[in-house]
Amino acid sequence: MDPLTWTGALAFLNPIYQITLVLLVAALAIWIITSVISAGTRQVANADGSFTLAGNPQAMANLGVKLTFLVVAILSLAYLLLGLILGTNAGIVGAMSRQMLPTWTALVVLFALSITFKRRLGLYGKLFDSPIGMIGFGLVMFWVFTGIFGAMDLIATHDPLGQASGMKNKVPGTPLRGAEEGEYAWYLLGGDNLARDVFSRMVKGAWEVLKYAPLATLFAFMVGITLGLPAGYYGGRLDTLLSFLANLILAFPVILLFYLLVTPEIVATGLPQFMAVVLFAFPMVFCGVLIHSRFRTQPGKDYMWLAIVLVPIFLLYMSLINENGSKIDFWPLDFFDIPGGVLVVFVSVVFVNSPTVFRIVRGLAMDIKTRDYVAAAQTRGERAWYIMLWEILPNVRGPLIVDFCLRIGYTTILLGTLGFFGLGLPPESPDWGSTINDGRKLLSIYLHPALPPAVALMSLVLGLNLLADGLREESLKD
Amino acid sequence: MGLFILRRSGVMIITALCLTFIVFFLTNLYPNLEKLAKTEGNFRMSDEAVASWLEKNGYAQPVVVKYGQWLGVMPGWTRTADGEVTGRCIDGTATPDEAATAPRYCGIIQGDWGYSTRFKTGVGDIIETRLGNTGYLMMWVLILMVPSALIIGVLAGMREGSATDRSLSTLSIMTTATPEYVSGVIFIAVFASSTVGLKWFKGTATAAMENPTFENFFLPVLTIALYGMGYIARMTRASMTEVMTAQYIRTARLKGVSFPNIVLKHALRNALIAPFTVIMLQFPWLLNGVVIVESLFNYKGFGWALVEAASNNDIELLLAVSVVSVVVVLLTQLISDIGYVFLNPRIRIS
Repeated sequence: MDPLTWTGALAFLNPIYQITLVLLVAALAIWIITSVISAGTRQVANADGSFTLAGNPQAMANLGVKLTFLVVAILSLAYLLLGLILGTNAGIVGAMSRQMLPTWTALVVLFALSITFKRRLGLYGKLFDSPIGMIGFGLVMFWVFTGIFGAMDLIATHDPLGQASGMKNKVPGTPLRGAEEGEYAWYLLGGDNLARDVFSRMVKGAWEVLKYAPLATLFAFMVGITLGLPAGYYGGRLDTLLSFLANLILAFPVILLFYLLVTPEIVATGLPQFMAVVLFAFPMVFCGVLIHSRFRTQPGKDYMWLAIVLVPIFLLYMSLINENGSKIDFWPLDFFDIPGGVLVVFVSVVFVNSPTVFRIVRGLAMDIKTRDYVAAAQTRGERAWYIMLWEILPNVRGPLIVDFCLRIGYTTILLGTLGFFGLGLPPESPDWGSTINDGRKLLSIYLHPALPPAVALMSLVLGLNLLADGLREESLKD
Repeated sequence: MGLFILRRSGVMIITALCLTFIVFFLTNLYPNLEKLAKTEGNFRMSDEAVASWLEKNGYAQPVVVKYGQWLGVMPGWTRTADGEVTGRCIDGTATPDEAATAPRYCGIIQGDWGYSTRFKTGVGDIIETRLGNTGYLMMWVLILMVPSALIIGVLAGMREGSATDRSLSTLSIMTTATPEYVSGVIFIAVFASSTVGLKWFKGTATAAMENPTFENFFLPVLTIALYGMGYIARMTRASMTEVMTAQYIRTARLKGVSFPNIVLKHALRNALIAPFTVIMLQFPWLLNGVVIVESLFNYKGFGWALVEAASNNDIELLLAVSVVSVVVVLLTQLISDIGYVFLNPRIRIS
């Protein structure tokens, strides 16, 4: 087996690609500079008293940017599409594109469906009106699909923990020594310092992020909403107390908190589990109050919904906090065990994130509670919790959804930080932070183990940021 | 105003006390003390030996008492055995006569920060030198970050929707999406790698502690500054766009004031109020970045001391580190509150 080059049979495209990239950068620079200097489009008075917009350097630069960007996009697409057909003949890029086939399919289907029905899909559909939002959504969904299909073993070429002899720190495209029948014959992005496949680890790492980040953010939102609404609505002493606690946590340097919570000694005391008991109770409280405040006057419906929702949540909650051989070990119906390290990571990320959510929700509630519809509900004699959860909360969903997207990105960064310091997650875990941490030790000699997870993390967080920006823009329009 | 500052300072002190007590409590949990005893004594200590070691070194007292001693509001413990006195305020062992002359209180109020079990010196010295290193780093970070963030924000916000706005906004979103450990790795790969990189800069900043040069110091500074820059720039942009739609700007335009004059004389000062608070509130995150960057570039500063203290359960050093960082965070919050009032005369504190 020969080592793979980056583009293989498509190498003839490379010079063109390089030239257009240089042109794109140049056009961008000119575009920015002209827009700073010139005052935008200029109006020229004609002899007959009419006005025309004069063509100016900025418009020309704009055209240049659009053209070169189009060419770059077409060429990039060509690499990927031809890679799909040619596979490893089209080099590393082509081979990766072929491996990612499930992701591409899912993305194309999702976008085609969404754009077709975008008028009927509410805010989500409107997202497809904003280019920024579309790019962000595309990036996020790319990693979501990669994570899901990666977890189903459709993408990764090798076992993320498996070590192959002679592949230590090998450059991208190195063929496996003595690859067996049915085994993928190359390490597409090279091997790391323990001779594991960087590409497979990156793909598996996406799943690690997807497993924790959205769920941790959701829990943080539950905590923040459940505490922030009453703090903002009632005000007074409750508000002072809760705000003081939130500021207390916010003033704590995050890394110090992680170091204090995540050490094995602290885990042995069961402290993170007790924190989990408190923090994970909030979704239950939230759902219970949400249902009860709505159906308070119809006991039959009330009990039915409470039973339908709370029983499964309670079972999940108990098996989440109950763990054999730890401090909390009494519940017989334990469906699954969370490894100690993972639970700690989860708890500390929720703990760090919830005060910020609390502050946002509190601010929004304080703003909304002066509105007329809240006064109307008060006059109707609605209970306080009904007003908070069914009058105020639906009306602050816009900013909350936007912040949710941003916060998933932030949680991803936090998880990466934990991995970077080797805290909590198991050391061989393929998550991006740990992989970057592994790779950085030999960074000045071997770049390839650290760069793919770094770029992956950056693109996911960038996608989430752009998505949040697009959502904000679209939700402000109406 | 005086009352406001006084009240904020009071809240600040209470917060600092609460936080240090939490750190104290967490570091003094029994498994942590056991680990400390084993690293200080020997690793094969039996449970009884650990208990007696803790008893002998004053760790077996109740947490509140120990906290009071550390703070310096309760007299330090002493222990007499075989005619020799050991104690919190006594170095090593002493005769009873010497012990009588030793100070009774020795906590941080008296300026005694304790002894670092990791570095085998006084905590005060470590904090001083390490904080000096980090302070130097932070100074350059702020010098780089604040002006460039403000310039980017103002340029982007003065004409909303223009080419400059769109490109600079994208740039600032990109920098906020790139945490320090990602941008640091990418910078090292591009600028410092010995195999394929440009080799413009050094990949470590170890030499920068004695002899900071552009070559060995720029990358860590840039790495921290970039992450914070995007956020400040976006805030500046938001406040600038808001100001640019205000009535008085329209009036100035209608009067025929030139565009640069409008931006510089009418808009800028009002647009900079919000970013000021943001910059101040950015400090806790900068602290985060400092820890990451110092371990990535091997620059032995405050963040590095935090990592060393935390991974070796060096209780006194860890406490000192948390005191310093909590005080820094709370002070910046206080400054941001007070500065906000000064910058914006419309706000009255009553």
